[in-house]
Amino acid sequence: MELSPFIIFLAAIFTSNILLTNFLGMCSFLSVSKEVESSLGLGFAVVFVMTLTTALNYVVYHFILVPLDIIYLQYIIFIIVIAAFVQLTEMIIERFSPLLYYSLGIFLPLITVNCAILGVSLFMIIRDYAFLQSVAYGAGSGLGWLLAILALAGIRQKVKVKFVPAGLVGAGLSLIITGIMALAFVGFSGIVVIQ
Amino acid sequence: MKIKEIFVTSAFTQNSVWKQILGICSALAVTNLMMNSLVMGLGVIFTLALSGFTISLIRNFIPKRIRMMVQTLIIASYVIIVDLFLKANYPEISKSLGPYVGLIITNCIIMGRAEAFAGKNSPFESIIDGIGAGVGYTLVLLVIAFVRELFGFGTLFGFQIMGDWWTKWSIMVMAPSAFFMLSILIWIINTPKKQVG
Repeated sequence: MELSPFIIFLAAIFTSNILLTNFLGMCSFLSVSKEVESSLGLGFAVVFVMTLTTALNYVVYHFILVPLDIIYLQYIIFIIVIAAFVQLTEMIIERFSPLLYYSLGIFLPLITVNCAILGVSLFMIIRDYAFLQSVAYGAGSGLGWLLAILALAGIRQKVKVKFVPAGLVGAGLSLIITGIMALAFVGFSGIVVIQ
Repeated sequence: MKIKEIFVTSAFTQNSVWKQILGICSALAVTNLMMNSLVMGLGVIFTLALSGFTISLIRNFIPKRIRMMVQTLIIASYVIIVDLFLKANYPEISKSLGPYVGLIITNCIIMGRAEAFAGKNSPFESIIDGIGAGVGYTLVLLVIAFVRELFGFGTLFGFQIMGDWWTKWSIMVMAPSAFFMLSILIWIINTPKKQVG
C-alpha cells in the first residue's frame, strides 16, 4: 500500500520518532539540551537542513547514482551533499541575515555530524520512498527531533535544582528521562506503521 | 607512550561511551541482539583502526581548514568496505542492521579519536588507540545486548537459554529499555568509589 506523504509526516513525528525509536542524533541531543533556547535554535536548524537534504539526496540518488550504477558510493555522496549544503546555508544566512546567523548559525556546523540527517537519507533509500514521501519523512523527522529535544531541555531545567545521585549527574539522568519519554511515545505506536 | 598504556587508556579509563558519552546512537540501536552488537563492534574496530592509521599517515599534509572534510571522507571509504563485506558475506545481518552500518560514518567516536589522537600521534600508535577505543565500545554494546537479548528473547547469540517457563519481557526489545540499560550502566560505572579506611 502506498502511504500518503501526510501519514508519513505524522508517523515520523510520533510513532517512529527518529530519536526515540531509531536513536539517531543522540550526541547533540544530549549535549545541547541544557537550555530550552539553544535547543530551539538547534531544533529549527535540524528541521530546515533535514527537509532540504532529504530532497537533495533523493534527487542525487535517483538521477545520478542509479543511472551511473554507483550506488555503493551513496554514503560518501550523501555526506558530501549534506556538508556542502550546510556550508552553503551558513554562508547565505551570514550574508543576508546576521541576526538569524547568530541565533541559528552557530548550530549549523554541529549538524553535519548529526547522524539523524544522514540516517533519514538512508532510511529513505531503504524504505523506497517516492519524492513527496521522502520530503514529508524528512520534515516530520526533523519536527520529531525538535519536539524531543525541547521536551528534554524543559525537563532538564526543572531537575537541575533537585538532588540526583552523583553517578547519574549529566548524561545518566538525561538518558533515563529520554527513556521515559520513549516509553510515553510507545503509546502512539499501532496507530500507523511506516517501518 | 607504551602500547599497553595507550590501549588501556582508550578502552577503559577514557572509554568513549561511558566517559565521553560519544557514539551512543548505535550503542542503543543495535543492542537488542548479541550478534548484531558483535558485528557492529567489529565494524567499528576496523574503521577506527584503519581510519586512525590513514589520518595519522597524512596528518601533516592535510590543510587545517578542510581537515574535518578529509577525515569524514576517509572514514566513509572504510565504512563502505565494511558495508560491502557484510552485504556479500552476511546478508541477513546486514539487513537487520539496516542503515546503522552506514551511520558508523557519523559515529562521533571515530571523529573524536581522529581529532583527539590520530591527528597528533604516529600511525602505529593510532592503530592501537583505534583498536582500544573500538574494544571499549564493543564491550559496552555486548553488556547491554546481553541483558536485552536474555530478558527480551530468552536467547543469547540466538541460542535458547531460558526454558519454556520464561515469559519474554517485550519491553526489553523495544526502544525505551535501551535508554534505561545504558543509563544504568553509566550510573554504575560513574558512581564515585567510597574511600576505604
